Amino acid sequence: MKKYINRGMEGVFFACASISVVVIVMIAYFVFREGMPIFFEHGVWNMISGRTWNPTREIYGLLPLIYGTFHVTFVALIIGVPLGLATAVFLAEIANDRVARIIRPAIELLAGIPSVVYGLFGMVVINEFMRVIQRDYLGNILPDDYKWGYSILSGGIILAIMILPTIINISEDAIRAVPYKYKEGALGLGATHFQTIFGVILPAARSGIVSAVILGMGRAIGETMALIMVVGNMPIIPDSFLYSIFSPVSTLTATIALEMGYADPTHRSALFAVGMVLFVIIALLNVAGILLNKRAVK
Amino acid sequence: MFKKKSMFLVSVLLMMAVAITGCGGGSPAPVQNGSGEEGLSGVIAIAGSTSVHPLTEELTMAFMEQNRDVRIDVSGGGSGAGIESAASGAADIGMSSRALRDNETAGVQVVTIANDGIAMIVHPDNPIEGLELTMEQVYDIYTGVITNWSQVGGDDISMTVVSREEGSGTRGAFEEIVLGKDSPTERMTIQNSTGAVMAAVAADVNAIGYTSTGSLNDTIKVVPVNGAMPTVENINNASYPIFRPFIYILPEGEVGPIAEALVDFILSEEGQAIVAREKFIPIN
Repeated sequence: MKKYINRGMEGVFFACASISVVVIVMIAYFVFREGMPIFFEHGVWNMISGRTWNPTREIYGLLPLIYGTFHVTFVALIIGVPLGLATAVFLAEIANDRVARIIRPAIELLAGIPSVVYGLFGMVVINEFMRVIQRDYLGNILPDDYKWGYSILSGGIILAIMILPTIINISEDAIRAVPYKYKEGALGLGATHFQTIFGVILPAARSGIVSAVILGMGRAIGETMALIMVVGNMPIIPDSFLYSIFSPVSTLTATIALEMGYADPTHRSALFAVGMVLFVIIALLNVAGILLNKRAVK
Repeated sequence: MFKKKSMFLVSVLLMMAVAITGCGGGSPAPVQNGSGEEGLSGVIAIAGSTSVHPLTEELTMAFMEQNRDVRIDVSGGGSGAGIESAASGAADIGMSSRALRDNETAGVQVVTIANDGIAMIVHPDNPIEGLELTMEQVYDIYTGVITNWSQVGGDDISMTVVSREEGSGTRGAFEEIVLGKDSPTERMTIQNSTGAVMAAVAADVNAIGYTSTGSLNDTIKVVPVNGAMPTVENINNASYPIFRPFIYILPEGEVGPIAEALVDFILSEEGQAIVAREKFIPIN
């Protein structure tokens, strides 16, 4: 009797675990089913390399959206990763309990703030700040197209704040998981605390840090609402690479969220195609994460 | 306020009544025709443009006050969705804030219930004294020829051009009237609702945008176009050029008695008075 109950419970747990697999397969199936027709009609390469996104005139170039997504994410990582790593090192290696007791809940809170609130903050504070920088301080240098306030940099700053908790938590765990012997050995050989951190602990924790960066990147690519409110939603590729962080852009996620409500059937299919691109990017990112992790562990 | 509260009460009671009759009989209450005395009863659904939604809400409330056994569900979704749901029968009436495209007219008939001006708006502190635009200048701004306030008589300051998202009824109507068949510039920031456009313009002294006249408030300043402000008179005598129809889409042929009575009510003097009260433009 006991055996059957055990078996039964195993089955229940297996069913629960399977649901996530079933859901991911179903999402992929429906997104691809809705999005494929337009890819066939306009050509996969034509769409991915097309530089104009203008659905009401049936021009479906995805390149500006892909560009915007990656550039904003890149800026977010440039700002967020060093900041997050430094915080993780501080919490794991330097901070005493009293300080950590203040910082840790603050990070938890940061993770719990809804993205639309980040968006409001970005719209009111960061974009206003960017306008002052772009118009008053860099007014003579920047061309008119780069003075909007809405910018890749504002998006990057907001995203950097949003991915901080992910990066801090995962890399702190990784740092704490480094065997104490390593640290003892380094200190015993006469290394300073900072030499130990940079020479021994961080390299030993690199697989966890890589996961932290990849998960943070995934979150940044998928973020929608906060970006809609700060990046300007302009599907363009900036002319000047030098000034590009001051240019407004649009992202894959923002375009879907903005345009779905009013889309006619072809436009809708094009938005599902955008969803397909996102899906593939996230899948590739996860695969890269797994591979990198494996290599790092060896 | 009191009126709104009582309306709410009435609609709740109606909902309960519908639920009860639904449970008891198993079939919807029969719609009475012709007797005149008893009036109408039943439920219809209206869906579509978010621009037409608030006006429809006001109109149906007044209608339901007179026809207490009628319940009308109004929901948004966008002009495209409104047209589609009217054609497919998912809604009894679809709302659209733009004229129908050629591929959308099959199997439906349209009724214009009001007109809506589209106002050009700027930040209240816009430094240009007595700023006025011509249609050509509006065209140039939204095709990217004008990108700096100095080109319309201001200082050398870049212009932040605000627009709506692709597919929006307001944007569709605006582009049809101002740009014709020409493509808009890519250099405009996209906001996905009337409120977001006004917030974006109110937040940036360099900004210019467009929005429905029904939702104007004093966080922004309206700019005259071709020398005319978007007032009822100016739109009726066509001296203000940018306006669009608010449209109800009904299935072709037989229309249900409630939908028909509602349209008659809206086109009546009483209905059009509500249109005017809500700051939209009555049709003649």
